[in-house]
Amino acid sequence: MTITVPNRAAAAPIDEALDRKRSPLDVALHFVKRQPLGTFGLVIVVVMFLAGALAPWIAPFDPEENDFNAMMEAPNLIHWLGTDQLGRDIFSRLVFGARTALIVGFSSAVLGGVIGLVMGVASAYFGGWFDLIFQRVLDVLMAFPLIILALAVVAVFGTGVFNVIIAITIPLVPRCGRVVRASALAVREVPYVDAARALGFSHTRIVLRHMVPNVIAPFLILLSAFVGQAILAEASLSYLGLGVQEPVPAWGLMLQGGAEEYATTAPWIAVFPGVAIMLTVLGISLFGDALRDAIDPKLRDR
Amino acid sequence: MYRYVVTRLLLAIPTLVGAAALVFVLMRLIPGDVCLIRLGMGSHGNPAAMEACRQALGLNNPLIVQFLDFLGSYFTFDFGTSMWSGRPVAVEIGTRLPVSLQIALMATVIAVLIAIPLGTISALKENTWLDHIVRMVAIAGIATPSFWLGIMSLVLVLDITYLATGKAWMPPIDYVPFWQDPLRNLSIVLLPAITVGYRYSAVTMRMTRSAMLEVMREDYIRTARSKGLVEQIIVNRHALKNALLPVVTLIGIEFAFLIGGLVVTEQVFNLNGIGRLFVQSVQNQDNVMTQALTMLVVAVFVLTNLVVDLLYAWLDPRIRYS
Repeated sequence: MTITVPNRAAAAPIDEALDRKRSPLDVALHFVKRQPLGTFGLVIVVVMFLAGALAPWIAPFDPEENDFNAMMEAPNLIHWLGTDQLGRDIFSRLVFGARTALIVGFSSAVLGGVIGLVMGVASAYFGGWFDLIFQRVLDVLMAFPLIILALAVVAVFGTGVFNVIIAITIPLVPRCGRVVRASALAVREVPYVDAARALGFSHTRIVLRHMVPNVIAPFLILLSAFVGQAILAEASLSYLGLGVQEPVPAWGLMLQGGAEEYATTAPWIAVFPGVAIMLTVLGISLFGDALRDAIDPKLRDR
Repeated sequence: MYRYVVTRLLLAIPTLVGAAALVFVLMRLIPGDVCLIRLGMGSHGNPAAMEACRQALGLNNPLIVQFLDFLGSYFTFDFGTSMWSGRPVAVEIGTRLPVSLQIALMATVIAVLIAIPLGTISALKENTWLDHIVRMVAIAGIATPSFWLGIMSLVLVLDITYLATGKAWMPPIDYVPFWQDPLRNLSIVLLPAITVGYRYSAVTMRMTRSAMLEVMREDYIRTARSKGLVEQIIVNRHALKNALLPVVTLIGIEFAFLIGGLVVTEQVFNLNGIGRLFVQSVQNQDNVMTQALTMLVVAVFVLTNLVVDLLYAWLDPRIRYS
């Protein structure tokens, strides 16, 4: 009777795989393999980012220049996506519009998210009357519909990219604060927070170093949804004439002027900006979904 | 139960007062006032008329008096008269609310009818091609701006009617109640309801799917299976009933948002609903109207949330409010 010795050579790759620390490249490759749709979304977002960042070098025309000899031209070799009713190149305007959409989308999402995060965690940590008042403030802000709050803010501060960011940020704060507070309430009860308090750490330190990192997973998921919502909100506001103003190229604005009027004779004016908005938000949502699955295994396959 | 409802209604008061204070301050922060807009910018030259207008509308009173007047009148259900048109606020809102309300209700019905069956199927057939298609449809619905969808559907209707009859047809814009002229009523509200409903259904579909997936892994589903129940009964009686809890919350919250959130849709379809009225009253600096509309939207939000919570208790006997 012979004893079969386990084949060390065959087991080696597994050991090696277990021992090896996962490099960022491995993590990225793993993500690509596990989340093809998320990767697709990320590609869209990256392309939009590059378009926005490199707009002056990509756009074949000046987005604000009117060419009255080429008004409402159908897509052709010179004007790839046609021209609008004022003879402006639609492709160039879309490329520059990516800049506006992404700046507004990311700034308001991050700003609203971070304020909501800190306030939500603080509210859960301190509890008591602070929490109660905070809750009522959130109630009020929640009940105010996003678009109407934005309307008022724009009416007070005027239009323009910066004010649009403020207008979209404010309604995002309570939405983030709510979710974060709920997660933070659970974290508050864990022993290491008690330990930190017993060690005499300051409130700021406990909130920022011990509680915030532990609610970061739901926060990131929320943030990716916020970017999409903020881009849609910017488009709606600009469409209503309350957001970014002409002649700054913005996707919502491009749908405003002639889009409906010339929709039958020159449908490309209305079609392409809408497709741009849709693709961008789609990319962000797909990536956000994948991120959620990757970050939180408990939520996988939902 | 009774106590719970009363407590919740009492808790709504600080929310409403807070909202009132917020809209009051916001409106006063906007430079200029309704008199300046009503009399035209040129009337800087006519201080007497401006003064008379401000005096008549109570704009010269101290802010605290104006605020208390505003709050006090609401306790007697007197919502004031519009500073812009001079007509009672209740009448102005009353003529415009039906359009918005009908669109919101129809959108909700459309969303529920699409979302719950598709979301359920998607969860039951997880990771099949059917599931992938439903998920893509849902995620596209979230990504598509509803006002753009509105523009596109209008264009489509124009083109199709033009090709079919040689004459382009546009939905009428003057609202008639359903019971007066059902066909005309539907031709006005159907397109907006569908464009809004699609987005709404997308959100609901995702929630239904994820809730179903979670419930289907519960122990009681395994128990139901092991005692040999037919799959259909397991899905309908055991799974769906539990999975619908978060979905009901979502539907309620989305509905509450819709009432005030139809601004863009009404703009696209040229409808005279309360979303439009809201924009106009902010732009005209019609403080009384803006305040009334804000209070209406906030009240609807608070009440909807209460109804949702009560529905919750009815759907899930484990939840008891006291």
